[in-house]
Amino acid sequence: MSLHSQPPEHAHPTPLTYAKVAIVLALVTAVEVAIFYMESLRPIFLPAFIVLSAVKFTLVAMFYMHLRFDSRLFSGLFVGGLLLAASVIIALLALFQIIV
Amino acid sequence: MEHAPATGHVAIEETTTGLSHRKLLIWAFLASECMFFGSLIATLLVYHGKSLSGPGPKEILDIPVTSVSTFVLLLSSLMMVMAYSAITRGRVKAFRIWIMCTAILGATFLGFQAFEFRHFALEGLTPRTNLFGSTFFTLTGFHGAHVTVGVIWLLSLFGYSFRGDLTRESGLSVDLAALYWHFVDIVWIVIFTVVYLIGVAL
Repeated sequence: MSLHSQPPEHAHPTPLTYAKVAIVLALVTAVEVAIFYMESLRPIFLPAFIVLSAVKFTLVAMFYMHLRFDSRLFSGLFVGGLLLAASVIIALLALFQIIV
Repeated sequence: MEHAPATGHVAIEETTTGLSHRKLLIWAFLASECMFFGSLIATLLVYHGKSLSGPGPKEILDIPVTSVSTFVLLLSSLMMVMAYSAITRGRVKAFRIWIMCTAILGATFLGFQAFEFRHFALEGLTPRTNLFGSTFFTLTGFHGAHVTVGVIWLLSLFGYSFRGDLTRESGLSVDLAALYWHFVDIVWIVIFTVVYLIGVAL
């Protein structure tokens, strides 16, 4: 990777974009809490919470942590750690027969 | 080795990757933190519903209160990026306001956590009560410790700004603190979903 592969600073989002992301994050959290209190949606609680949480996680990582704009090496490092963490969780759940 | 680039603002390090070693280091650290919190979350999930005595998550967790503290932490992340944006534009006064707002919101989140822990203790849930208490306090306690470190880091940046140490060229120092702060935020996003919403609902 060359010295010039580093994205320029102005490639980062503007304050307006940050505010828009914050509004989406607040709305998604509000939807999560609303779903929690809707008994009729109980069958889809687990997938709904996981998807909404993943949306918030991704938005913060992509826009606030600038992974969408910075070097892919940073993304690789972070996603590597995330995959290892997910593997640990799945392995432990399988070991204790919570899943499988 | 750092040098001022010809274009005038952000200093670029001469490294084999062309990337800042400090920034690489914080990302490697955050990756290791993923595994740390992943292990704690896995432990909580493994012991979910296996406590021999109460109280459990359904009896004790207060979703409305935790929802408010979640909003507070999300808002603090917005303040943090505004602080970063301000320092990269050379607006030190605006940076001071945003970074102080971030620290105050972080401290408010810690206040919510202290209130919650005290309430749980009064209701009979401590780390020694049952498996839920042990895993819950370990996970949320370590998260709270990370938020505390973050607040101290933010306040130190606020202090440095008065010594003239923080300028447009030193935006990387703020960037590193911001990355740590946002990581603390995304860990809470996962904890709120797994421990509170799923833990109480299922």
